[in-house]
Amino acid sequence: MGLNMETKNYSLKTMMEKPERLAPGHRMCAGCGATIGVRAVLRGLHEGDHAVIGNATGCLEVSSYMYPYSAWEDSYIHNAFENAGATLSGVETAYKVLKKKGRLGEKDQFKFITFGGDGGTYDIGFQSLSGAMERGHDMVYVCYDNGAYMNTGIQRSSATPMFADTTTTPSGKVSNGKVQYRKDLSSIIAEHYVPYVAQSTLTRDFKDLHRKAETAIYTEGPAFLNMMTPCPRGWRYETSEIMEICRLAVETCYWPLFEVVEGKWILNYEPKHKLPIEEFLKPQGRFKHLFKPGNEELIALFQKEVDKRWEDLQYRCAR
Amino acid sequence: MRTDITNINERSPYTDLTEGLQLYAGGTSRLFMTGEWRTNTPVLDQDKCRQCLLCAPVCPDSSIPVRGGKRLDFDYDHCKGCGICAKVCPFGAITMKEGIEA
Amino acid sequence: MSMKGSRDRQVCSKAIPERMSGNEAVSYAIRQVNPDVMPAFPITPSTEIPQMVSTFIANGEIDTEFIPVESEHSAMSAAIGAEAAGARTMTATSSAGLALMWEELLLAASNRLPIVLTLVNRTLSGPININCDHSDGMGARDTGWIQIYAENNQEAYDNYIQAFPIAEDPRVHLPVMICQDGFITSHAVENIELLEDEHVRSFVGEYRPEEFLLNPGKPVSVGPYAISAYSMEAKRAQEAAMERAGEVILEVADRFHAMSGRSYGFFEEYRTKDADYLMVIMGSAAGTAKAAVDELREEGHKVGIIKLRVFRPFPEKEIAEAIRRSGCKAVAIMDRCESYNGNSGPLGSEIPAGLFRNKVMVETVNYIYGLAGRDFTVDHVKSVFAELGQVAQGRVPAPNHKYIGLRE
Repeated sequence: MGLNMETKNYSLKTMMEKPERLAPGHRMCAGCGATIGVRAVLRGLHEGDHAVIGNATGCLEVSSYMYPYSAWEDSYIHNAFENAGATLSGVETAYKVLKKKGRLGEKDQFKFITFGGDGGTYDIGFQSLSGAMERGHDMVYVCYDNGAYMNTGIQRSSATPMFADTTTTPSGKVSNGKVQYRKDLSSIIAEHYVPYVAQSTLTRDFKDLHRKAETAIYTEGPAFLNMMTPCPRGWRYETSEIMEICRLAVETCYWPLFEVVEGKWILNYEPKHKLPIEEFLKPQGRFKHLFKPGNEELIALFQKEVDKRWEDLQYRCAR
Repeated sequence: MRTDITNINERSPYTDLTEGLQLYAGGTSRLFMTGEWRTNTPVLDQDKCRQCLLCAPVCPDSSIPVRGGKRLDFDYDHCKGCGICAKVCPFGAITMKEGIEA
Repeated sequence: MSMKGSRDRQVCSKAIPERMSGNEAVSYAIRQVNPDVMPAFPITPSTEIPQMVSTFIANGEIDTEFIPVESEHSAMSAAIGAEAAGARTMTATSSAGLALMWEELLLAASNRLPIVLTLVNRTLSGPININCDHSDGMGARDTGWIQIYAENNQEAYDNYIQAFPIAEDPRVHLPVMICQDGFITSHAVENIELLEDEHVRSFVGEYRPEEFLLNPGKPVSVGPYAISAYSMEAKRAQEAAMERAGEVILEVADRFHAMSGRSYGFFEEYRTKDADYLMVIMGSAAGTAKAAVDELREEGHKVGIIKLRVFRPFPEKEIAEAIRRSGCKAVAIMDRCESYNGNSGPLGSEIPAGLFRNKVMVETVNYIYGLAGRDFTVDHVKSVFAELGQVAQGRVPAPNHKYIGLRE
């Protein structure tokens, strides 16, 4: 882990003073959660350090580098949908070899961060991510998980929660939305025994996400950061509500904040009073059908799944 | 800027585009004014603002600049008017005004 | 003479006689070039190449970084990342491996990255089969890669060394595929003349791209979304680079000749002068065809071969001119690949199109041969020339799209 971690003296004032690495003028929707997350992750980079940013095809990619407008202040490469892991592993290997052959100076420090949505990470890019993690490249893969293929118009992914109404799992007369729960990708990558895995989201002071981003970036070897970044269009809530939705995801234990450091599971936050899952589901249009009379059982099922996974996580963290 | 994007536009002949459409510059999106998308506009009440800066990190459009520990006025060239900042302000210092003008 | 002048002058390399397979020859060239990065995934019959390179690395003979990726798609993805980052990058594959890379082949070319891929040609499934035909390379013919085919191990070696100066030339900046026939060339041990290490190294030169991801303080963005107003222009610029690649290929061949004494062009004309009948063929089968031509010429038949070396860019005009110049009566166009278009293989489409556009009105017959490693013999070549004679004399109608060695 790197020396002089900024997180030790974290203050919003000093963090927000840092030069912005994601320029405005990108075409993400108003109120997009992904770019809020990306800004926070990039603040994890220390000033003076260079970075190469990778990006799987998705909302972030089509909106952030639309020729000739790039929102990235650092070097950036988008290749395709399913290969952000492999692409950045090539970049990182090039760095290693250029250093070895003396074509880059001793002081030229580069960090490697790639962003992918849940489609590009949980699903089509899963193999490429798993390969890059297993091979041990010194890079951070950041998933901005908004729980569906938002770029193509809100189709379900393996990150979509149970019962969500998406355009490929629409709720209807004989359908209650998505049948399956969701893949626990953070745990799956933790089972790769990489040095660092963390799950985070947007919190009031952003300290959790900042610390995890900084740790992931300055941990030698592969790191995986899974950040839940709500999508107002896909989740169907008022754009201004994002921070409250994130808070409810954490307080209901739908999206627990945890990290796995060298195989050691650590729970970063335990709600004093775990809120019922309705609190998280209620403000979102994609779960509207669950609140029709007669569907109480579905919410109970959802609650049961949340409880089971929360208990599993607590068990892992208590080991 | 090694690539000057002001020389690249939708009438440029193919020989004037960069090779492989690579861009030899960073942050050129600043020249694209997403502020035009706005239907609601945040307005800062300087008197109510206590400079807690909770609004600065929640902006999806990096449109709340911070200098010398203090937030400045909105970057209206790029603010899309999502209203997240107004919602998180604990002091009611940001109000959303209908329309594109502050 | 100035220092610059003396450096520019090519010195002839001593020839080092050896015996090796095509895979060994290409691996030997890789050792000499010492590229920066090689991501690869094993697939028969190209597997030996990453194996041999890994052994060179393990023994400290080269300082290339090998990335043992989990698929060919990731191999080309990582190659794109590495090359964009400023590293000289190559990979090797065959058959389904190239097919899995397909999406990425297009991106390597459209991002204008001078990656070198050595393709050991093998048929595409199905049915699954490990032997040679050109369906893998031909399947990638519209991906924007330069494609150069070899007749034997010597050419595979020589073409490989020429690949980097072609790809990296600022007039080109396109990826290059160096193709050799699976097993027939890749595994058969033949005589070869190798070049000295230092000559190969100075011929290939250092890789110093002007712009790359890892240039500190000079950020680069690669791989944009381009609206329609830019996409068509980008594709035209890419095509213009492919057009310029022709002259660069010939320039590099000239330099190579000065170093090695071996000369190369877009294609080789073998006993085409005054030929009545010609065969256009690509890859290892050209050796068989030459042997047949020698025997037929002995018997007084005026036959010859055009062995295509450079398939992309396609030397349409030059082939048409060569056919015109020979004054031949009919041409057999040999495809080691089926196009499933109901009419012809890939060469069977492109060569007649070139003849027509250049107003060379000569009878052509398209033959499909050697699919999935099916034998192609001297007798087959002779039967093709015999049939061309019948066609030219009007005794039989020109068969369209005929299979050789097929049980009917």
